[in-house]
Amino acid sequence: MGVNEKIIEKTIYFLAFSAIFILLLITIFIFKEGVPFLFNYGVLKIIFRSSWSPSDQEFGIFAMIIGSIYITLGALIVGIPLGVACAIYLCEFAHKRTRLIIKPTIELLAGIPSVVYGFMGMIVLAPIIRSFLGGSGLSILSASLVLGIMILPTIISISMDSLMALPKTYKEGSIALGATTWQTVIMVLLPAAKSGIIAGIILGLGRAIGETMAVIMIAGNSLKIPVSVLDSTRTMTAGIALEMGYAIGDHRMALFAMAVILFIFILLLNSLVTFIFQKK
Amino acid sequence: MINAKTSERIAKMFLISAILITLGILGFIILFILINGLPVISANFLFKPIEEMGKSGGIFPTIISTIYISMLSIFFAAPLGVATAIYLTEYTRENYLTKVIRFGADCLAGIPSIIYGLFGFVFFVIYLKMSWSILSGALTLSIMMLPTIIRTSEEAIRAVPYSYREATYALGGSKWQGIRFIVIPKAMPGILTGIILSIGRAVSETAALIFTAGMSIRTPTSIFSSGRTMAVHFYALAREGISIQMAYGTAAILIITILIINIFSYYLLFRYQKKYS
Repeated sequence: MGVNEKIIEKTIYFLAFSAIFILLLITIFIFKEGVPFLFNYGVLKIIFRSSWSPSDQEFGIFAMIIGSIYITLGALIVGIPLGVACAIYLCEFAHKRTRLIIKPTIELLAGIPSVVYGFMGMIVLAPIIRSFLGGSGLSILSASLVLGIMILPTIISISMDSLMALPKTYKEGSIALGATTWQTVIMVLLPAAKSGIIAGIILGLGRAIGETMAVIMIAGNSLKIPVSVLDSTRTMTAGIALEMGYAIGDHRMALFAMAVILFIFILLLNSLVTFIFQKK
Repeated sequence: MINAKTSERIAKMFLISAILITLGILGFIILFILINGLPVISANFLFKPIEEMGKSGGIFPTIISTIYISMLSIFFAAPLGVATAIYLTEYTRENYLTKVIRFGADCLAGIPSIIYGLFGFVFFVIYLKMSWSILSGALTLSIMMLPTIIRTSEEAIRAVPYSYREATYALGGSKWQGIRFIVIPKAMPGILTGIILSIGRAVSETAALIFTAGMSIRTPTSIFSSGRTMAVHFYALAREGISIQMAYGTAAILIITILIINIFSYYLLFRYQKKYS
């Protein structure tokens, strides 16, 4: 083994830690900007007050947290049944050839830019909702529908992976006992693939809560606490993106504080997913 | 109670309709954008500078910015990602360290792009004084791409049969020679798939670029100038209602680019998988 070989090996060893190093760097820089403000202003005051008025030094983000939660839940209500159903069909009912064609096609959904989703929501969906259900159309409902579609690729591909990973004998055993394919799916396969599917749903949830551009374009961005699904609302991500361009001083730090809260939440979700996969 | 056959039929209908809804939405989005956007596209649209903030003129500067930013971010991300994948597959066993590395990559994959935008802004733009530039944007994007490149490269390298390595050693080759001349070339189509999909990510990203690469409408002259990509330009056009026509045109170019990227990467992957199975 030459000297060169040793150097290459060391370099690769060093580079392999870039991902974790960068994650640390991101954590440090986001926290450095946001955490001091979080404590100076008061964590509870920021999280549980809903008056956001940077010019009056009011930095309560409660309304935006509620906005994020509503839209994310709405996206899950749309995305889970649709996504899991697609995964079940492709894994258990479709022919192999059909699957080979449909799966990459569905994955195209992940490639469409979020601004295009936002645009479609703004130009197609919002007017439909406005004329049939009233309101401005830029609402929790429209944002949930669009985000529900956007998280489909995540839910479908991870649910498919966990269904495909099940031993063939599970299905064969159940069919041999006289069960139909659907009964097998409901009583054997779904329970067995449960943890993987849940992991997929959690990752979809993470995508929904982190989505920014599409939400800015279709949720209407009102700062009031919404009372109906036809109300306009602003999510935390939208709050950050809309005001970051001109925020200075406390205002900017407040936006970073919001990012810290979002960041911690996403890291918790990811740890949960890692934990689920490790248990398997 | 409904009998098993009936419930099977109902279930199947429900599942098929889920597939049809999903494919229908995808088809609708693509067709809607193309039908409205293709008529706008012309040589002038592609090669003229932006005029009146996008109301007239073309989108040439945004095409150049998009190419700059995606190539530069691949330039940073590919070596890092492939090196990590080589380490994970060739130089170590599953242990505590690999778990930490994988956890890091998974977390990076889950972080919302707006947070990357904030990080890129405080770190590259302000702390490293790179200002709003193609470089800041590309560095930020390269971090976002890292998890995809690591994962796809790792899968591709793992798929190369172990006997290939043994053959290298039998011929007197060293470990690195085996990796460099046998394993990597064999895994190349898989690695390229990850890289191409990452280019797609760069093309469609908006939130992380607004605060790092800026919104300049001029054609970037170097990696230190600010520039808006097609997606960022499209966002400005659509959200500020500058010109719905130009927005459709830009969206059509975006969708066509994404389609080409995806089809090409699946073609590569398909050929590669065929070779090994």
